[in-house]
Amino acid sequence: MVPEAALVIGALFVLALDIAYGRRRTLESRLYIAVITGTVAVVAAMYGAFSSGLADSVFGGALILDELTMATRLGVLVLAWITLTLAGSTARLRHPAEFVAIVLFATAGFTLMAAAHQLLVAFVALELASLSLYILAGFDKSKPESAEAALKYFLFGGMSAAFLLFGFSLIYGLTGSIELHEISAHLAGHPPTPLLSVALVMVLVAFGFKAAAAPFHLWAPDVYEGAPVSSSALIASASKLAGLTLFVRLLWPGFGPGAGNVSTAAGAPGWLAIVACLSAASLLLGNFAALAQPNLRRLLAYSAIAHAGVMLLGVIAAGDAGNGPLFYYVFTYGIATIGAFGVIAVIERTSPCQRITDLAGLYRRSPLLTGCLAIYILSLAGIPPLAGFFGKFTVFAAALNLGGLAGPAGWLAILAIFLSAVALYYYLIVLKQALVCPAPVAPSAAPSSSVPDRIPVPPDAAIVLVFAALLLLLLGLFPSVLLRIF
Amino acid sequence: MNALPFTIYVSFAGALLALAAGTRSHSAARWIALVTALTSFALTLLVASSFVPSPGLQTIIDLPWIAELGIRYHLAADGISLTLLVLTGLAATVGVLFSWNIEHRVGEFFALYLILISGVFGVFLSADAFTMFVFYEIAIVPKYFLIANWGSPATREHAAMKLVLYSFAGSALVLAGLLWANAVAIAHGSVSSFSLNDLAAAATHFSRGEQIGLFALVFTGFAVLAGMFPFHTWAPTGHVAAPTAASMLLAGVVMKLGAYGCLRVAMPLFPVGLAFWQPTIAALAIIGIFYAGFIALVQEDFKFVIGYSSVSHMGFVLLGLAAANSTAVAGAVLQMFSHGVIAGLLFAVVGRMVYERTHTRQLADLRQLPLHRLLPFAALTFVLAGLASMGMPGFSGFPAELTILIGVWKTSPAWAFFAGGGILVAAAFTLRAIQVSFFGSTQLSPVAASASEPTHAGSPLHYEPITLAEKVGTALLLAATVYIGLKPDVLLDWITPALQSPLMQGALKGGSL
Repeated sequence: MVPEAALVIGALFVLALDIAYGRRRTLESRLYIAVITGTVAVVAAMYGAFSSGLADSVFGGALILDELTMATRLGVLVLAWITLTLAGSTARLRHPAEFVAIVLFATAGFTLMAAAHQLLVAFVALELASLSLYILAGFDKSKPESAEAALKYFLFGGMSAAFLLFGFSLIYGLTGSIELHEISAHLAGHPPTPLLSVALVMVLVAFGFKAAAAPFHLWAPDVYEGAPVSSSALIASASKLAGLTLFVRLLWPGFGPGAGNVSTAAGAPGWLAIVACLSAASLLLGNFAALAQPNLRRLLAYSAIAHAGVMLLGVIAAGDAGNGPLFYYVFTYGIATIGAFGVIAVIERTSPCQRITDLAGLYRRSPLLTGCLAIYILSLAGIPPLAGFFGKFTVFAAALNLGGLAGPAGWLAILAIFLSAVALYYYLIVLKQALVCPAPVAPSAAPSSSVPDRIPVPPDAAIVLVFAALLLLLLGLFPSVLLRIF
Repeated sequence: MNALPFTIYVSFAGALLALAAGTRSHSAARWIALVTALTSFALTLLVASSFVPSPGLQTIIDLPWIAELGIRYHLAADGISLTLLVLTGLAATVGVLFSWNIEHRVGEFFALYLILISGVFGVFLSADAFTMFVFYEIAIVPKYFLIANWGSPATREHAAMKLVLYSFAGSALVLAGLLWANAVAIAHGSVSSFSLNDLAAAATHFSRGEQIGLFALVFTGFAVLAGMFPFHTWAPTGHVAAPTAASMLLAGVVMKLGAYGCLRVAMPLFPVGLAFWQPTIAALAIIGIFYAGFIALVQEDFKFVIGYSSVSHMGFVLLGLAAANSTAVAGAVLQMFSHGVIAGLLFAVVGRMVYERTHTRQLADLRQLPLHRLLPFAALTFVLAGLASMGMPGFSGFPAELTILIGVWKTSPAWAFFAGGGILVAAAFTLRAIQVSFFGSTQLSPVAASASEPTHAGSPLHYEPITLAEKVGTALLLAATVYIGLKPDVLLDWITPALQSPLMQGALKGGSL
């Protein structure tokens, strides 16, 4: 519990410090202090997560500390650190301390989600994270889009939480336990009932929402577009990682006996079939809808939906191949996405960055941002040697190893491989604006000067952006570093 | 041998250096690029000078890379790879010389150019399918930016996107095939591995249906990049829109990546599939030779003539591969080298020497100009390159196509008969291009004088002279084609032993009808 304690104490400390000393200071310095305090808390939590060691059962089985817990906690903390730093250098917030505190609370929720090994703890952790994220989505009170994003996110999230709780209560009623291993033992000993199917479908609805998988994806484009950039970054990256870890733990160790089989065409029915359907729908909808997006953030949202399809494929394969491929994929996806949002955030300090065409001429305005953006986008597109490529490769290999092309898992992998060619198109459209198209000459600029304004990059933002880009490159070159953990 | 991997590393380091230097000095970036390309060319020649041909790949580096999936960083070379490495080094050097006049974002241009080159070197050196795939993709993406940034303005964005999506769709087929092959191999009891040797050993246990399906996926994926009909349409548009050096590289080297992948991966791994698809490939190759040849015959854009001629000549390579006997395959590799050199020459003349001076590629406009008098050097080069392209004895195209035809005859005289007709078509479109472009008019007609940009109004047209860089580049390429034309044994002595390796023999035996 050290990481959670560190994060919560850090959050309270941020608030207290702001109340005690922040009143007479400028917003910038208050934000600065809050971010520094928050970073200390995150680093302390990292140390705690790293030194906690492995344990099968903590607090009477409520939590589990295995390799997946440790990896997810560290991954989430890295992503939260990047978010905080980006927020510190780019956000213009009226309540900086509250923002940082809520990010820390959300992160505490994520680390708990990573460790939850019991239905109730899982639900509480999920709600702690979700409630914080609703607030973060609506944090920019000056923009109506932000309020819309928060409302939409809240309504969908609340609905999915209700489904999840209903599903949990049915499972408790069926099996008489909220402990995952007892549920699993019970399910293995009894034939599946229709009620169990209802319960599993309800859990999967909540999962689909959390992973932004079609057809539960509708919130994603609006939230990505309307929420403050740092909030979107956190929702798109750390929240995904924690959510995937939570649900893969619920599904395989918990409801594993009800999984069924999708590695052959006529496999036994189970929740895997539903996950496979969600995966196919997300892959198709995400990739094709992204083609038509003129708005950069909505494009990232649809690309997130497409990536959710691959993640669900990783969930399908996790029963056989373990959590390694899935974790690698989600974590590196998180890094690339948070980086892309970071670039947007830095650009937005000086000029609007909503449409893809707003990136035009970025290579003249800021070579650093262009280079970083190219790495993030190419990683999302799955171009080697970046991490996004190997993530896809290992997930597809795991899915194909389930049964070759004999069943839906293999077909999904092939579908995803071909759709990656579709995806390359819209990613290249983004990069075309950044790297090829000339910048529009500002009407205020002197007619003789064709050099557009340079975008200043704050040093701390530059450091995390370069860090994220290097991480993608190094993890892509040496993926064993992560895979070896599992 | 051990020096070969440095071609990859040197090119990559050169790319970073050129990028860094380009922000300060354009000429520094150029010189860095030239030195880098020359270094890697020299490395390949150095290795070639002491190369002892032996059957099978000679391993250079073999390190565990991703142990979880049995992926190794395995670089190896044999006579076939060495032939293509020398070609890459030559084409890279000459390409830098012909891009000497690039003035816009010089550092980035040469950085992308050298990354592309390092990817190409990597593919030719890989003996692990995963390693090869990584390098293959590294070579794809820079092409988009090279064309979209520095290509001809009217069509570059469309052409660049088309080219990259075709290449990427092809590589998606390859990826699907490799992953599926690995999955099937595991299902048959092998451990996970992407080494070409291991996959080939595992594939002997595959069922006939699996072999046929896998061969179709992998071969088609690579053949897209080799310009196989009906997946060739990216090639002419891409070549035409690309800046000169990129056209030279695309036609000269990148299309060979596809053919090399077919030869190195698809054929040895899935010989049963090869036997099944052999007639289809041969038919598509012959259609490609004629179809692209006839289109080249009626093109009004000079660069499109050369673009389609590349597709036509690559048809011979694919036909040689489809014939699947050692003579034909050796001829195919020789043709890869030969076409790499000749296509480089043709694109250099059309894209750099002519277009950048006359600012037109339309044959109707060029017909009005007495180009053989205005640009005698370009005219001479084009005539020589055209002769080489037609397969005249004395140039590399002759032994290459002759070897292919002899080999194809052994497999099927009918194929050889048809393909022989293709040589006539090639002669026809090449002669037409020579005649119309350079010898269309003996005098300057008034229409042309007003249409073009004379440097001194009133006086006869006068173009800036051919630069030294262009002359050196041309001389290098001409020397290569004449040398190989007179002494094809130099390369054949490397290639033929490489085909005796167990891996290749499996493919060739499976492929004999």
